[in-house]
Amino acid sequence: MNQQRKTLAKRGLGAVHALGLLAVFSLLAVEPESAWAAKIGDVAEETSLGQQALRFFSFRDPSVRYAVIGSVLLGISCGLLGCFIVVRKMALVGDTLSHAVLPGVAVGFLFSGVSASGLFDWSFDVANITKNPALIFCGAVVAGVAGTFLVNTLKQTTKIKEDSALGLTLASFFAVGICLLTMIQDLPTGNKSGIDKFMFGQAAAIDEDDIRLMLAVTLLIVAVVFVFYKELLVTSFDAGFARSIALPSEWIHHGLMLLVAFAVVIALQAVGVVLVSAMLITPAATAYLLTDRMHRMLLLAVGFGVGSGVLGAFISFLKPNIPTGPCMVLGASALFAVAFFGGPRHGVLTRWWRHLSRSKRVQRENTLKALFQVLERRDAEPEDSVSLKELAERRRETPDEVSGQASALKQHGFVTLHEEGKKILFTPSGWQLACTIVRNHRLWELYLTNAANIAADHVHDDAEKIEHLLGDDVVRELERMLDDTTRDPHGRAIPGFADIHKPFTPAAARPSGYGRNL
Amino acid sequence: MTDSPATKGEDIPLEIHDLTAGYHKKPVLWGIDLKVPKGKLVGVVGPNGAGKSTLIKAIMGLVPPSSGWVKIFGKTYNENRRRVGYVPQRESVDWDFPVTVMDVVMMGRYGHVGWFKRPKKADREIARDCLDKVKMLPFAKRQISNLSGGQQQRVFLARALAQESDIYFMDEPFAGVDAATETAIISLLHELREKGKTLLVVHHDLPTARNYFDQLLLLNMRVVAYGETEKVFTYELLQKTYGGRLTILSEVADAVGQRAK
Repeated sequence: MNQQRKTLAKRGLGAVHALGLLAVFSLLAVEPESAWAAKIGDVAEETSLGQQALRFFSFRDPSVRYAVIGSVLLGISCGLLGCFIVVRKMALVGDTLSHAVLPGVAVGFLFSGVSASGLFDWSFDVANITKNPALIFCGAVVAGVAGTFLVNTLKQTTKIKEDSALGLTLASFFAVGICLLTMIQDLPTGNKSGIDKFMFGQAAAIDEDDIRLMLAVTLLIVAVVFVFYKELLVTSFDAGFARSIALPSEWIHHGLMLLVAFAVVIALQAVGVVLVSAMLITPAATAYLLTDRMHRMLLLAVGFGVGSGVLGAFISFLKPNIPTGPCMVLGASALFAVAFFGGPRHGVLTRWWRHLSRSKRVQRENTLKALFQVLERRDAEPEDSVSLKELAERRRETPDEVSGQASALKQHGFVTLHEEGKKILFTPSGWQLACTIVRNHRLWELYLTNAANIAADHVHDDAEKIEHLLGDDVVRELERMLDDTTRDPHGRAIPGFADIHKPFTPAAARPSGYGRNL
Repeated sequence: MTDSPATKGEDIPLEIHDLTAGYHKKPVLWGIDLKVPKGKLVGVVGPNGAGKSTLIKAIMGLVPPSSGWVKIFGKTYNENRRRVGYVPQRESVDWDFPVTVMDVVMMGRYGHVGWFKRPKKADREIARDCLDKVKMLPFAKRQISNLSGGQQQRVFLARALAQESDIYFMDEPFAGVDAATETAIISLLHELREKGKTLLVVHHDLPTARNYFDQLLLLNMRVVAYGETEKVFTYELLQKTYGGRLTILSEVADAVGQRAK
């Protein structure tokens, strides 16, 4: 109960942090224009990386400030919505939406040239065209909604399936958008600033008006996700159940799509049409690899989105010729690669490493078991030595191979080596582990033959694997279930408590350091 | 619910009249009439494609009916939705979803919590109790993908219990579960019935259907028979339900479906 309350508190805290961050940035955004250069590219005259980093992260220049604030805002909004896109398996929908907004951007841009002096007295003047964020926003959202509508219509009225409908819509809207953009580029107006940046993104093109819009949209998204968290969660997990408790799953879906359209449009300036869907999907997918709780996934995705966004803005500050979008997406993809390879639970390298150390442990335990068996066969005491040759025969390997295994055991303090590694002696801890492994093996064989009625000659191979996996609980359970645990199905003695904790009598020839207990 | 005793049918948990429903305008269910009394455990039985799941979905409005009506305790589904609990098919969700067992069971409380609000401590207590009833409390903090099929089904059942409903609709709760879970589920269903709850359970295994349920609804696109198990579980009626699909009905359905395209 306490834990749950803590989790709730954490979730609340996370949202408060996010809101606090937003408040700080909004204050920064309205600070009056200073005399510093207006473009990121213009301020990069410092040569050393350190100087440039200092300049960038001191936020002295408004353009840098806008670029960073913009990246942070888009990281937050894309990260939050991206999580729901990923768990709803709608990544392609996000991609389509982001491409479908392009014609709207172009039309919104053109629309700024329209001036209305009366209700029906409209005029269009190329010279008046400016980059008006509000108009572009409206145009893009309308185009995005139209694209989604087209996909749904295709899906419902024809036998075309969703993936084809998405691909078709994406391509056709994008084509229209590129044609319009090219036309705008050819217009005889000098006021085309920014429009060419919509393809691949340029954080430096973000100005104060853009920031205001981005801030408003991000606040809206944060608020919606916070207020409707449980509705979004249940409709994403089990839409049928959600509808059975009378949640309007369809409307929630449409609302989410509209928010995604908003997020895409505010991210366009910095990331560009082509790659904006990556900022939706990649940070969320990275978070999805790392956690299996939705609220943690949201926070992680926001973190990754903000991180890669700011990194992208920084790289394009250093190299103004590189568009920001690819830099941000590279950053996000690098984070994903780190999670993919090094994630604590599902990372490829982590799993490989875990596998490697497990097989090394199994190897060690098998060698210890072989040493035990050599002594057992000779009816010898635990303090007696085993020759390398005997061990090699027992393991059916060459002396070279087993000598490597013996030195591995020595490293772990399970044995000591004498006479240039020809003689092997157990340490108390090595003897205990060897007894435990043999006991596990034989108990399991006994269990399989007694309780599971498997023939005695079928149980050895299974026990070979199980002996390394049995925990104390299972062993105790086995002991409870089996009446007589003195002999295994093949008639050999099962080492018991007395054997495991047999006191070691010190041998006369024991060198110093013997019996070192790890 | 006692403020309007005059309301007709308020003591009847489920009443269906002339319900026709299907997908893409192609009917799967034809003219269903049904009146289920309180405190009964009803098994819905029929061959594949008989519309068993569709019936449950149509009752809850998940599949829009093309004619007829459904009343839950004398009112429409939406008016009485808080008195309805639902267990969908286990395969209908993605078990890799990033939520814990507890999160899923809490979803059963969402219908009571309402918009804009967070579940309270009392809701958590109820969810814990429900998890305990299906013996899944030790798994409360586990992510749901680490569960076996039987455990997943128990989680869904716990979520339905957390809805604290008067009538339950369950879609194949016994599909693909281990014997222990099957026994646990059936005793839980009996316990709910003892408390006066009404349960409509889709089931596909005929031999066990006979022992599990008070009443059976034999369904094959229409109601073949409905009544006490010992009266309905006869060779003739089962033959009628399973012996070849009702060819004329399915042909007409195909024709209607084609015209709709």
